Amino acid sequence: MTWSEMQPLLSQACWDTLYMVGWSTLIAVVGGLPLGVLLVLTDRGGLLQNLAANKVIGQIVNIARSLPFIILMVALMNFTRTITGTTIGREAAIVPLAIGAIPFFARLVETAVREVDGGLVEAVQAMGGNTWTIVRKVLVPESLPSILASTTTTIVALIGYSAMAGTVGAGGLGDIAIRYGYQRFETELMWITVAILAVVISLIQFAGDYAARSLHRRGGSSGPAPRLRLLKAKEPAAPDVGKAA
Amino acid sequence: MITTTGLTKVYRSRGREVTALDGVDLHVREGEVYGVIGQSGAGKSSLIRCINLLERPTAGTVTVAGQDLTALAGRGPRAGKELRQARSRIGMVFQHFNLLSSRTVQDNVELPLEILGVSGRERSRKALELLDLVGLADKAKSFPAQLSGGQKQRVGIARALAGDPKVLLSDEATSALDPETTRSILQLLRDLNRQLGLTVLLITHEMDVVKSICDSAALMENGRVVESGTVGELLATPGSELAGALFPVGGDATGEDRTVVDVTFLGEAATRPVISQLSRTYNIDISILGAAIDTVGGLQVGRMRIELPGRYEDNVVPVGFLREQGLQIDIVDHTADTATAADTAQESVLLKDGAK
Repeated sequence: MTWSEMQPLLSQACWDTLYMVGWSTLIAVVGGLPLGVLLVLTDRGGLLQNLAANKVIGQIVNIARSLPFIILMVALMNFTRTITGTTIGREAAIVPLAIGAIPFFARLVETAVREVDGGLVEAVQAMGGNTWTIVRKVLVPESLPSILASTTTTIVALIGYSAMAGTVGAGGLGDIAIRYGYQRFETELMWITVAILAVVISLIQFAGDYAARSLHRRGGSSGPAPRLRLLKAKEPAAPDVGKAA
Repeated sequence: MITTTGLTKVYRSRGREVTALDGVDLHVREGEVYGVIGQSGAGKSSLIRCINLLERPTAGTVTVAGQDLTALAGRGPRAGKELRQARSRIGMVFQHFNLLSSRTVQDNVELPLEILGVSGRERSRKALELLDLVGLADKAKSFPAQLSGGQKQRVGIARALAGDPKVLLSDEATSALDPETTRSILQLLRDLNRQLGLTVLLITHEMDVVKSICDSAALMENGRVVESGTVGELLATPGSELAGALFPVGGDATGEDRTVVDVTFLGEAATRPVISQLSRTYNIDISILGAAIDTVGGLQVGRMRIELPGRYEDNVVPVGFLREQGLQIDIVDHTADTATAADTAQESVLLKDGAK
């Protein structure tokens, strides 16, 4: 296969992957964020303590997370058809991708929100804030750096899942790697897709880390100060190392 | 301004019951600084959290500014609208400041105003005014992480004042600060108390805090208030643990046949030459074991530990003479083992050393 043959394949695949992952991430964040917050609020000692509801949500999340993605995709076919009108193609793949990612993201959000200092909640309660105020002004903003990091993790996981979307004809980089690289022994093309995936994932991880860190640095109660100090401490040390060498 | 009657809080977990508050009656007058002191576990934190119903009392009532908050509580764990409104009129500062790290100093101060639904321009005007009041006008755009502990607490205080409260609750506000910063924060609280007529209820484990700014104080032990009153009343109460801790004076008897007496001079009495009169009138030799003069709660107080020869039975008349002079006399009991008595007294009142 020549480059001119590969090039349109690859660019279409890149676009398909981004399209699927982009939409499913958006849906996962919109759905998973409230679910994660709700998991914290309804838990024992939470502001909306409701152990029954907590158990139910927790179980649904666990079941959804325990299904292998390819099974989830098949299991959701009817649901996918009601929403998108079809079970094949990019749009059809977004539905199971998003539904698989919602509980994943929700658990990450739950962990992030749990980290918020209970004293802040108490402070806002003492000001006369209600639960909704606490969610909006405390829980979400204070855990935003962690939630951002969780989003990055979710995007990377979704890129992995999306490789399987090829089974419903949705295309994407993973699909190219399997169909051309694995099944047709186009080893070269497979390695190129792997390289592209590696670069894309690195870029996303880098961007996510950068965004989370700059948010953290802005406010950061515990994280940023020591880290900044470390960086500063290293700077003057660097020229010395150079001289020694 | 703040009255609690029979305030009781029992925590139940896994079948075990812990009584944190056991029938606390507290009365804080308008415009005063009231200190509640006690060891950790004495129930101070539960008390202050019950005042604005962050913790719901198991029994008893809380009245703040004439409003019975326990009646507003409503059912279930969540606070109803009326209770939330009442809370917004009670400021609260915390030991660990509890500032939102994602917001600037100014935005932190604006938060209570956002909750009250104050418009944007009015919010920032008010926030800047308050930051100016606490001496942090230049830090409005900083983030809490960039501030020192004392500055963070100043922001905490400015935030607590945003809703124009009449009452300020202080939960160990200075316990995470060094002595120098503690002094400046206490001074600030004192100034606000005077300038704004703010009633301050503070809990602390540091006797110095009570000593430097409180008009009244209460000592808590095992969920009960064991002593309370204005600082003057406490100092004038014979055998008051709190008074002893506020103003300790040391010195042990030099021998068996001695009577040790603590003499407390309040205000005017400090100027009279009582000791030399006593010595001349009864022709006895008096040794001074320890003495100090200090200002407690704005009151000039002298305290002296003197030793008279002979047992207490022999000294009834001279002690009577001292009482007649309008002085407060405490006989230091050394028939019991003096050392252990002093130890337990110190432990139960905790104080100075524990705090350091």
